[in-house]
Amino acid sequence: MSDVEKTLVRVRVNGQPREALVEPRTLLVELLRDHFNLTGTHIGCDTTYCGACTVILNGRTIKSCTVFAPMAEGGEIITVEGLSKDGQLHPVQEAFAECHGLQCGFCTPGLLLSTVHLLSKTPKPTEKQIRKGIAGNTCRCTGYQNILKSIRAAAAEMEKR
Amino acid sequence: MYAHPFSYHRAGTLLEASKLLQQLGEEARLIAGGQSLIPLMKMRMARPRALVDINFISGLSDIRSRDGYLRFGALARHADIEASDAALSIPIVHDCAAGIADVQVRNQGTIGGSLAEADPSGDWGAVLLTLDTSVRCSRPSGERTIALDDFFKDAYTTVLGHDELVCEVIVKQPPKKSGGAYLAFKRSAPVYATASAAVQLTLEDSDTCKDARIVLGCVGLTAIRAKEAEKTLRGKKLDEQTMESAVEAARAAAEPQDDMRGSADYKRVLIAALVKRAIGIAMRRARGEQVEAQHEYVGR
Repeated sequence: MSDVEKTLVRVRVNGQPREALVEPRTLLVELLRDHFNLTGTHIGCDTTYCGACTVILNGRTIKSCTVFAPMAEGGEIITVEGLSKDGQLHPVQEAFAECHGLQCGFCTPGLLLSTVHLLSKTPKPTEKQIRKGIAGNTCRCTGYQNILKSIRAAAAEMEKR
Repeated sequence: MYAHPFSYHRAGTLLEASKLLQQLGEEARLIAGGQSLIPLMKMRMARPRALVDINFISGLSDIRSRDGYLRFGALARHADIEASDAALSIPIVHDCAAGIADVQVRNQGTIGGSLAEADPSGDWGAVLLTLDTSVRCSRPSGERTIALDDFFKDAYTTVLGHDELVCEVIVKQPPKKSGGAYLAFKRSAPVYATASAAVQLTLEDSDTCKDARIVLGCVGLTAIRAKEAEKTLRGKKLDEQTMESAVEAARAAAEPQDDMRGSADYKRVLIAALVKRAIGIAMRRARGEQVEAQHEYVGR
């Protein structure tokens, strides 16, 4: 702990207003995990590389290990915990489960949010757009083929609905 | 990883940001997107005692095209630039914005922050030095506009005063029959490039080069303008031999260092290949062809 004055951070997480008094150097991912107990957002590399900490802040994916918590003040945050509604998985989650788009699951929350963001901007992505859309998310198990398959399936399913 | 402790200050206006920097002294730093600064702080390579956050200043992220100039607010995010019609009008600007790191970093990082941070591996410096670019800056004593050629002093060092902020990046539309290309070569999307080449050409007729700018990225303490290489092209017919001489001159201008991204020798080979390809794409674009160019990495 340092003697630096703490900062009050108020945000909405998955639709719920939340606040915490934190040291300014607290990272957004630590705010979510340690202060709000939302541990679905993972800390992978902690160096802006792997994307395991990806969340949606004000409609855009960001790496929450590379934003200080006070910078998110007033923001609207969606984490993996906010994807399912009334016990029903989000179509992107369903597609990842259906197509074996995960193995150990560590990178999955970040990939789910990157996919949700990609499909919100580009409902019918080309192969190239899909690859570019998840270039900031590293998976060390799958070899990506089933992830690509999951994203194609999710896009097709969401178009139907 | 925890950064060294710092006090946090949110500025509501440009003037307030400058005044905070004055009050807090030399150990205070501005933060915009933070995509370069935060990793450096987490690794304790930067240890500011105070941060002045300018993300909450309104009206600083507009992108406008007017009277032959593109104007990017300092807080325009790379993703905003990638998606803007304005950037499409200058292909090299779009090449750059669309390929910086990955989606998440482009959603957060800013053009003003990238220039002010002056990272030797930053993309914007190299690209914007090929165009007539100036940086509008503000401080309590007034505003000034600095040509980008005079902006960078050294790695991580610009001519900005301690209480001075970048507020707008102004790019002049290139003349007709111009085309450019930016090729950054990296081992994966999220990392800094190993080397990058930015080339902007203006043609006299379909073969003759009227004007050329060639800038090398990641192979020196700042982006390097390869002026000898430019001279080799200017006024010449762009045949194989002329282009080879330009590539040679560009290779000679590079000052790479050995690091984890590659040896100096490797980077000299790489930069030559990138310059050659970038000249080819720039030439075709200047002739009006639609050619795709993008940051290159495995798996794209």
